[in-house]
Amino acid sequence: MDKPIFQVKGVDVFYGDNHAIKSVNLDIARNEVISLIGPSGCGKSTFIRCLNRMNDTIESARISGEVLLEGEDIYSKEMDVVMLRARVGMVFQKPNPFPKSIYDNVAYGPRIHGLVDTRSDLDDIVKESLQKAGLWEEVKDRLTAIGTSLSGGQQQRLCIARTIAVGPEVILMDEPCSALDPIATAKIEDLIDELREKYAIVIVTHSMQQAARVSQRTAYFHLGEIIEVGDTDQIFTNPKERLTEDYITGRFG
Amino acid sequence: MSRDLKTLVSQGLKSRYRNERIMRSLGVTALLFASGFLLLILSIIFSQGYRAFTQTYIEIPIELSTADIEDISSINFQNKIRDGLRELFPELQARAELADLFRLASRGASIDLERDISSETPPGTINFIALASSDVDMINKGYFVDSESPRGRLSEQQYEYFQSLTDRNLISRQINTNLFLKGDSSYPEMAGVMGAIMGSVFVLGITLFLSFPIGAATAIYLEEFAPKNRFTDFIEVNINNLAAVPSVIFGLLGLAMFINFFGFPRSAPIVGGFVLTLMTLPIVIIASRAAITSVPPSIKEAALGLGASKLKMVVDHVIPLALPGMLTGTIIGMARALGESAPLLMIGMVAFITEIPQTIFSPSTTLPIQIFLWADSPDRGFSERTSAAIIILLVFLILMNLIAVILRKKFEKKW
Ligand SMILES: Nc1ncnc2c1ncn2[C@@H]1O[C@H](COP(=O)(O)OP(=O)(O)OP(=O)(O)O)[C@@H](O)[C@H]1O
Ligand SMILES: [Mg+2]
Repeated sequence: MDKPIFQVKGVDVFYGDNHAIKSVNLDIARNEVISLIGPSGCGKSTFIRCLNRMNDTIESARISGEVLLEGEDIYSKEMDVVMLRARVGMVFQKPNPFPKSIYDNVAYGPRIHGLVDTRSDLDDIVKESLQKAGLWEEVKDRLTAIGTSLSGGQQQRLCIARTIAVGPEVILMDEPCSALDPIATAKIEDLIDELREKYAIVIVTHSMQQAARVSQRTAYFHLGEIIEVGDTDQIFTNPKERLTEDYITGRFG
Repeated sequence: MSRDLKTLVSQGLKSRYRNERIMRSLGVTALLFASGFLLLILSIIFSQGYRAFTQTYIEIPIELSTADIEDISSINFQNKIRDGLRELFPELQARAELADLFRLASRGASIDLERDISSETPPGTINFIALASSDVDMINKGYFVDSESPRGRLSEQQYEYFQSLTDRNLISRQINTNLFLKGDSSYPEMAGVMGAIMGSVFVLGITLFLSFPIGAATAIYLEEFAPKNRFTDFIEVNINNLAAVPSVIFGLLGLAMFINFFGFPRSAPIVGGFVLTLMTLPIVIIASRAAITSVPPSIKEAALGLGASKLKMVVDHVIPLALPGMLTGTIIGMARALGESAPLLMIGMVAFITEIPQTIFSPSTTLPIQIFLWADSPDRGFSERTSAAIIILLVFLILMNLIAVILRKKFEKKW
């Protein structure tokens, strides 16, 4: 693996007294999709939110350790969260478009970061992002319609388009398909595969099939610790750890 | 086993349905009771007040010579009215009789006449519709029809003159414009609520101008930016306590602080506005905080996740979504302020003021205080106006609540 984009070194997270993440180490490479799996409550969401400092918004959360993005510690004083979150985008479990037009949803990121000067450049970004998210054909005639009027799957793709529009280096996805039907899920999985060419993607999923389909590497979380991380094929066919095997076989029945 | 369950449930069902019926009938009774009282109050007020919206006038011929028109400033309008009345009753000569006759017209009649006549008015006789005195008005509106003294406060002669005028079709009832356009007066027929309305507008304007921005900013700060510590908890508790403080206390505070300490003028809308701002602020803050908490966290996370700063997130997403709730809270607070009188009494907004206030520093009253003042007067003309003023106040309150409802409907949750 050449120099990873993210290096997580000995990270601990506490919610008050609850030790949610226990000295986790993980490297994330460019152009790879890495999936995080594990039983409910094992700390996957907590971990993924460490990568763009979304845990800052939680009063009780405390974090220690190092998270390096391109070698820079994102928790250091020099790192600006606004800049960090522009570079590390996030798609949430529940589609959460703004109650604004489809166009404004996608244009929001570029606007606040001042990425474009002219309206036509903005139009281009919006179109390109919606195309990449595979939503353009469905919404091109109603860009002024309110984002929340779309179906759940469309909303989630809109949220992905909104994240792409900023041009991040990494995209974090926390169970992006949990609220979607199989067809919408398939579309998003295809999309993730395409996006891999330009971005590093970290995806939390409860579906082992999904992890197997979209990711090159998989990390298994258990009670706040990473038990095993490796190539997806290896994890699913030949896990080294007992816990991983139990989880995977238990799930597959 | 299953039969057992069935019988057990069906035994219970009966009493459950009975309880439900009892609850429902209790609720309906309470509702009927409450709305019955409301209707009763409204109908009493309306039946007493509706007659104040019209006013009695006497048609009087006014002679205007060319000389009069050329030098309007020298006309004695009072005398013109008197001359006109005399013309209607040429047979009257004695001083006492004439004095009785003249009292049929209001003192306000000459003021109206002065307003109507300009240098453009052609000379000759005009039929002037002169404001009648309140005593005539009361008789004409039939207040004394069935009572022991059908003449009311008119003397026997005056009553005869009135009858004669009625027979000649010179008495008419018209929309009472004075009620809406004039300030207070010691003569009921000339008294209006405009002064009080202007006072209320000034006071509420200041209250709105101060309490909305301050209240909204406080709520936003407390909800989105303030650290959660002992100090902010303390502030929170105190805001909730302030909302429960009786309004009269705010009046005392205003008196001590704004008038005695800062030296603001007494009876001025500016001080009233300050005092009512103190009173409305907790309401605005509490309503705004509720509106802000109801903004879904997922939308805030979405904005933060895209790299919006906290301020940007608040301005772009929290405020637009919370605004209808904030405005509704503010309007409800304003409606309460509009009906408030106790704190304004404390700061001296209870004086008898005939002039319509022009600035926020001129002495004035407000609608509820005007009602209070008129209700105190034994004059029949004023008791009718008291009810009319209550109707006007209620109309304003209903309008404000309507706006709140419309705002809420219009900006109903979009997510
Ligand atoms: N905001 C919070 N405040 C306090 N504790 C939290 C908070 N969020 C999560 N936790 C705790 O941290 C632990 C890990 O939670 P987390 O949400 O990361 O699990 P997860 O792996 O994402 O679970 P799931 O698969 O159900 O989403 C849990 O014990 C949870 O109770
Ligand atoms: Mg989770």
